Amino acid sequence: MTALDTAPAETATTGGARLARRAFAVRELGIALALVLLVVVTTVVNPRFLSAQNLKDLLLGSTILAILAVGQAVVVITRNVDLSVGSVLGLSAFATGAVFVAVPGLPIPLMLVIGAALGAVLGAVNGGLIAAARVPALVVTLGTLYVFRGLDYMWATGRQINAADMPAAFLRMGTATVLGVPVLALFAAAVLVAVGYVLRNHRSGRELYAIGSDPAAARLSGIPSGRRVFYAFVTSGALAGLAGVLHAARFGTLDANAGLGTELNVVAAVVVGGVAIFGGSGSVYGAALGAVLLTTIRAALPVLGINPFWQDAAVGALILAAIGLDRALSARVARSLRERKAHV
Amino acid sequence: MPTPLLTLDGVSKSFGAVAALQDVRLELHAGEAHALVGENGAGKSTLVKILAGVHGPDAGTISLDGRPLQLSGPADARAAGIAVIYQEPTLFPDLSVAENIFMGRQPLRSLRRVDYAAMRTRAAELFARLGVRLDPDRPARGLSIADQQLVEIAKAISLDARVLVMDEPTAALSGIEVERLFAVARSLRDAGTAVLFISHRFDEVFALCQRITIMRDGRWVSTDPAGTLTVDEVVRRMVGREVSAMYPKQDTTPGDPLLQVSGLTRHGSFTDVTFTVHAGEIVALAGLVGAGRSEVSRAIFGVDRHDAGEVLLDGVRLPNGDTAAAIRAGLALVPEDRRQQGLVMELSVERNTNLPRRWSLARAGLLFGGAERSAAATWAQRLQVKAGRLTDPVSTLSGGNQQKVVLAKWLATAPRVLIVDEPTRGIDVGTKAEVHRLLSQLAADGVAVLMVSSELPEVLGMADRVLVMHEGRLTADIPRTRADEQSVMLAATGQAAAA
Ligand SMILES: Nc1ncnc2c1ncn2[C@@H]1O[C@H](COP(=O)(O)OP(=O)(O)OP(=O)(O)O)[C@@H](O)[C@H]1O
Ligand SMILES: [Mg+2]
Repeated sequence: MTALDTAPAETATTGGARLARRAFAVRELGIALALVLLVVVTTVVNPRFLSAQNLKDLLLGSTILAILAVGQAVVVITRNVDLSVGSVLGLSAFATGAVFVAVPGLPIPLMLVIGAALGAVLGAVNGGLIAAARVPALVVTLGTLYVFRGLDYMWATGRQINAADMPAAFLRMGTATVLGVPVLALFAAAVLVAVGYVLRNHRSGRELYAIGSDPAAARLSGIPSGRRVFYAFVTSGALAGLAGVLHAARFGTLDANAGLGTELNVVAAVVVGGVAIFGGSGSVYGAALGAVLLTTIRAALPVLGINPFWQDAAVGALILAAIGLDRALSARVARSLRERKAHV
Repeated sequence: MPTPLLTLDGVSKSFGAVAALQDVRLELHAGEAHALVGENGAGKSTLVKILAGVHGPDAGTISLDGRPLQLSGPADARAAGIAVIYQEPTLFPDLSVAENIFMGRQPLRSLRRVDYAAMRTRAAELFARLGVRLDPDRPARGLSIADQQLVEIAKAISLDARVLVMDEPTAALSGIEVERLFAVARSLRDAGTAVLFISHRFDEVFALCQRITIMRDGRWVSTDPAGTLTVDEVVRRMVGREVSAMYPKQDTTPGDPLLQVSGLTRHGSFTDVTFTVHAGEIVALAGLVGAGRSEVSRAIFGVDRHDAGEVLLDGVRLPNGDTAAAIRAGLALVPEDRRQQGLVMELSVERNTNLPRRWSLARAGLLFGGAERSAAATWAQRLQVKAGRLTDPVSTLSGGNQQKVVLAKWLATAPRVLIVDEPTRGIDVGTKAEVHRLLSQLAADGVAVLMVSSELPEVLGMADRVLVMHEGRLTADIPRTRADEQSVMLAATGQAAAA
């Protein structure tokens, strides 16, 4: 045994970083690949799956879920969860109809702002309760899920608002396209880019990741955790409110059941999209891709001749696969980090 | 003397029935390094958290430049120019090392965007100043305790603070890293920073600090210039009685080989590690931070898989990467990272102590309070765990007392081979001697002990043989009679083969 053994040559690069970045890219790439694979297989079985009309329907169908998933991702990154989004969407959708009934000539952009503002207020209720009562978000938003839906029922009292009650221009927005891309999908894309930009480039966005990564350490570092989490819920609420208006535009017929049960789909999209359920990692791009993937699966399974009863099982399997993939990936990253060593 | 930069006067703080601080005073001067010493649970970290704005004092005042200072949160303390290194690393595992350092203060470019490139460069500069080669871009997850500590240090010095508070920053570091930290601390001090330094290692205290404040049981005992004190005097005031025989290693005649490690390799961590530990023997594994010592002990215990080689216990091969089998075979590992690997922070002291042997305590699969309490009480008492009640959650204990619970937990399994990674990290003098006595006693009873330690006096005082690692390889195997500071350090830095 000689002490003069030279140490294994160490590469003086920032390999760890590139690796971590690549792993994230791979994570989102993985979802995109799964999506492409699904589309290809389904198209082979039934070529009409790739028709322009069907593609447009797919995008339209994904839009609302994607917007909700972006908001949810912001919350989940902070190690919280917002189960009330479906009810917020429902309230906002019904409010849209009711406002148009009352003020038929209201400009559409103003309606979008009203919907988002209503959602933001409801989100602030969530955020405020969580901060004030120091109760886990899961419990609080489970409560407000029922409370908000209850308000919706009380307000609607069995009423239904029909397409005829809303301005034609508003309803056209629900199906219109620009260069073949649905207007609603453009909304979703704009939301996605804006939120993604803040999370990546803004200090407050980075602090959301810090809070989710280790809440106690975040407090010790002087991060205003309470305020940040509050705004995360406001964001999620506002996006759910916006989604409610878009829901009204797309479906035209509104009762108190709009968005019923959506929250689980949203959480599923976020998890499939690679946002860690315990916070601290993942991106809104992944969450949006997850929403598209889930919607596509639901559309593809009937085409593939799979019994509708199995659809939920397929979604469940997808979630498990996503989690499995995450585990495998993080194990690989850990291993490579070790082999490159902390000391470059 | 000029007006102190920072003054604490009559500060008290209680947690429920536990009076952590009572009427404590402290004065920090610009350009002075001040040591705070006291036993585990004396209230040092509580004082630090009050300075950091984490806890509000129940009574008393803090003043900066002679003006009263109200701290309603860590952000206030930071704004007032107080930088704190907490006893337990507070990193964000998912974020990069550079982001961890600059969280909340990231350099910005146009449109108030975070400037990742500048952040990376500045982190690299900090590491260069500390003389460590950490990759600023890697995530903090998976960093060793020592590296986490270095990131914390980089974070604190990047603040250019007027007051730098360091709560046991050196506990996980070995000699060379400590020297580099001290060089930085001295230059900051000479530039006018007030440094508050907490450590259980007296050589460090005397090497760095001009004045020493001693605390006992939450109370201030004395503040004196370091030059007028001796180690014995400090210890006497800390403990309130004489403490003697710091390293009472009993002589034993080694028995049969119990733990045999041959050709053990884990790519990227360590290569071709071969050694034997006999019954009744204490073998120390020394080396610099990052030499692969903890990794070797983890692989032996089966926490990590190894890529080549084998581990034999009493001639029987242990399955690769199977901790349950290792425990059944009579192996125990006291891990380096007590928060992550050693304790369930929310569970009570007694439940934690009994975790590894809950099945042997249970009757018909159920744990009865009585059995659990008495077993826990025995070990808690032997190790002088200072806790309000044994049913308190471990997270409320002081750092050193948490370490004692980890030790108690594994000692209670009555192992045949005990691997201890930094057994006395963060443990005060009195208990340190007790831990050493215990290890020595275990060896006398025929247990084979493998001790990873960065503390040279501990290594030299306790070990029958010293194994030294350098960059993942064993570079020396030195018997007790020939082990001294020089031979170990030379082998640890890879400069000479001592065997
Ligand atoms: N959050 C808390 N809740 C209840 N008790 C606490 C809390 N924090 C500290 N204590 C108690 O206060 C006392 C002082 O603890 P502290 O952490 O200040 O000790 P310390 O001097 O830093 O010890 P060590 O050398 O072990 O780090 C201990 O008895 C501890 O159990
Ligand atoms: Mg402490």
